[in-house]
Amino acid sequence: MLDLQNLKIRQGSFQLTASLCGLDAKIYAIMGPSGAGKSTFLAALAGFLPVSSGAVLWNGQNITGLRPAQRPMAMLFQDNNLFPHLSAKRNVALALTQRRYLSSIRQEQVKAALSRVGLGGFEASKPGELSGGQQSRVALARVLLQDKPILLLDEPFTALGPALKNEMLDLLQTLAQERQATVLMVTHDPNDALRIADETLLLSDQVLSPPQPTTQVMASPPKALAAYLGLD
Amino acid sequence: MAPRIVQISTSALICSFVLLPLLAVWGQADGPTGLGPADWSALRFTILQAALSALLSTLSAVPLARALARAQFWGRAAVIRLMGAPFILPVIVAILGLIAVFGQNGWLNTGLRSLGFGSFSIYGLQGVLLAHVFFNLPLATRMILLGWATIPQERLRLGQSLDLRGFARFRLIEFPMLMTVLPSAVVVIFVICLSSFTVALALGGGPKSTTLELAIYQAFRFDFDFAKAALLGLVQLGVSALAAVFALGFAWGHQLGIGLDRPIALGRHSTLQKYLDGVVIGAALLFLGLPLLLVLGNGLGSVTSLPAAVWMAALRSVLIALGATALCMLLSLSLLSRGGEAIATLGITVSPLVLGTGLFLIARPYVNPFEISLWVTLCVNALMSLPFAVRILRPEMSQVDANFRWLSASLGLSRLGWWRWVVWPRLRRPFGFAAGLTAALSMGDLGVIALFGDAERATLPLKLYQLMGSYRMEQAAGCASLLLILSFGFFWVFDFLGRRNA
Repeated sequence: MLDLQNLKIRQGSFQLTASLCGLDAKIYAIMGPSGAGKSTFLAALAGFLPVSSGAVLWNGQNITGLRPAQRPMAMLFQDNNLFPHLSAKRNVALALTQRRYLSSIRQEQVKAALSRVGLGGFEASKPGELSGGQQSRVALARVLLQDKPILLLDEPFTALGPALKNEMLDLLQTLAQERQATVLMVTHDPNDALRIADETLLLSDQVLSPPQPTTQVMASPPKALAAYLGLD
Repeated sequence: MAPRIVQISTSALICSFVLLPLLAVWGQADGPTGLGPADWSALRFTILQAALSALLSTLSAVPLARALARAQFWGRAAVIRLMGAPFILPVIVAILGLIAVFGQNGWLNTGLRSLGFGSFSIYGLQGVLLAHVFFNLPLATRMILLGWATIPQERLRLGQSLDLRGFARFRLIEFPMLMTVLPSAVVVIFVICLSSFTVALALGGGPKSTTLELAIYQAFRFDFDFAKAALLGLVQLGVSALAAVFALGFAWGHQLGIGLDRPIALGRHSTLQKYLDGVVIGAALLFLGLPLLLVLGNGLGSVTSLPAAVWMAALRSVLIALGATALCMLLSLSLLSRGGEAIATLGITVSPLVLGTGLFLIARPYVNPFEISLWVTLCVNALMSLPFAVRILRPEMSQVDANFRWLSASLGLSRLGWWRWVVWPRLRRPFGFAAGLTAALSMGDLGVIALFGDAERATLPLKLYQLMGSYRMEQAAGCASLLLILSFGFFWVFDFLGRRNA
């Protein structure tokens, strides 16, 4: 259960406020006009940017002061989700250990994670040798092994073509449901939200509004979103 | 990034290593009345030769760069890479080669004499200029070539679709680019030549062609006039600080590692122009290559029969080069920030001879300065390469930081894990390149050691200089070949280790 209590984020002249309670094991889309601060919000939630006031609670525990790795969150960025000089196996294994030596149990875990995302046999490949879709899969495999209850996604599949993107969204949905994860996904594409997001959070005019069912939001979008989507 | 405390203490270390000798020099120096006519003449000559060297190198680089920019021939990439080689070429070796071509008994004068002309003297201003053009023509060429490469494709295509040719094309497309590139090339070369020591030592001298650096050396070595040496050091410092401030806006070091893979499509050029380009490139290769080929041709055979003293000097140089490389790379890793780069640059604003003089003055009351000459050389060599190392490493480090800091934070990488899994694999290549440069530069350096060195503590370049001074030319050629092999060998090995499996 994720609660945001009066969270205020300030970046120079930019500022936003978020107050939410009871986000649970669903997929939430975060939508809003460009420059509304969707990525900034996610980065602050993950602990990369400081918040100026308010608190983030996970199951009632205040996690506002924790470092990114200590939070119950894993994150996929827009790009640079993999170290290009490390093999797929090593990239995934960094979720488990920073030592060079991989015990046979961990080897198996890494292998299983890669197979789970459909990349069995690609252990030795470097990101440069993989397609864009395969790279996203490696990143997902690592997130699986990080084994965090909350997953934050900052448009990680934007660079993929439509078919591939849908494939990744579906895979993400399956994995999230399997693990009962809470997913917050920034997107600018209403189709992404409609495809997998149970509920949608709108970010406009410096305020993050509470979740509403995605179908409902898309059927009668509020003014700011409608303008962004070009619907008026 | 290195921890803050490491950054700060490294900076403090470097500052004190530069500033304390300067204070020592300051304390020793006479008032400005101490400058005699000979010293003023040294100041004038220093500026004159630097200005002429800069102009000559840059102007002759324009046609060469233009030819290289548009010519399409097999080995083009290799020729452009080769233009980077003089940077790590030991100066004293090149001078030996230039003497073999342009010296009293060199090819040029033998030819001139047989044709009944007078002879060309390699000593004095013209010799200094010749050597400076030899070293800086390739540098200027690379800088200007980079200018050609930065002309946007669209502008070139626009030129073609407007059918701009000949002078119009030059005036509208190439001239504006040259106007932005040439001044920085001139300034950079001017600054380099201001504190050039080895060239002046070997080819200058005498009342009419003594530079400040050489005057410091002479005051120190021959007159034991430390006050005079210190005063000249201050003048040298003032001149190069002024020039450095002037040059601060112009970037250098960028052009060290670039590869320009494709010829630039300037538009059609006639067959005559193609032949002219060929002649220009051929002449440049001959000018730059022949001296080195002569050194190797005269010397390779006698490398194995070099006396033990030369091998001992080689061993000393190798150890100093390795030590200087280790020190320089260690320091550079803790200076990979904007402020760090400024600190690193501090080292080359002070000439090695001034630094050496200061260190000598500091050490004198406590130890026999000659006994620590090799350590001083090691430290000064590390300091001199530091700005290059930092400039080579910092772009990659910033990139790593920008791209992977968040990912690493979300994985909770420890400091060790961050270096092992992220920084080192990304930094290895530029690190190898920078280490190679440092080792080669240190190997070939003849600066502080000329000030401090004696027969028992000579490095290989100093040994070579001594052999040349006593006209043992065959041994000198062997020694030069050995030095050349070691310098380029060091560069190659480090660069290779950085690239391997990367």
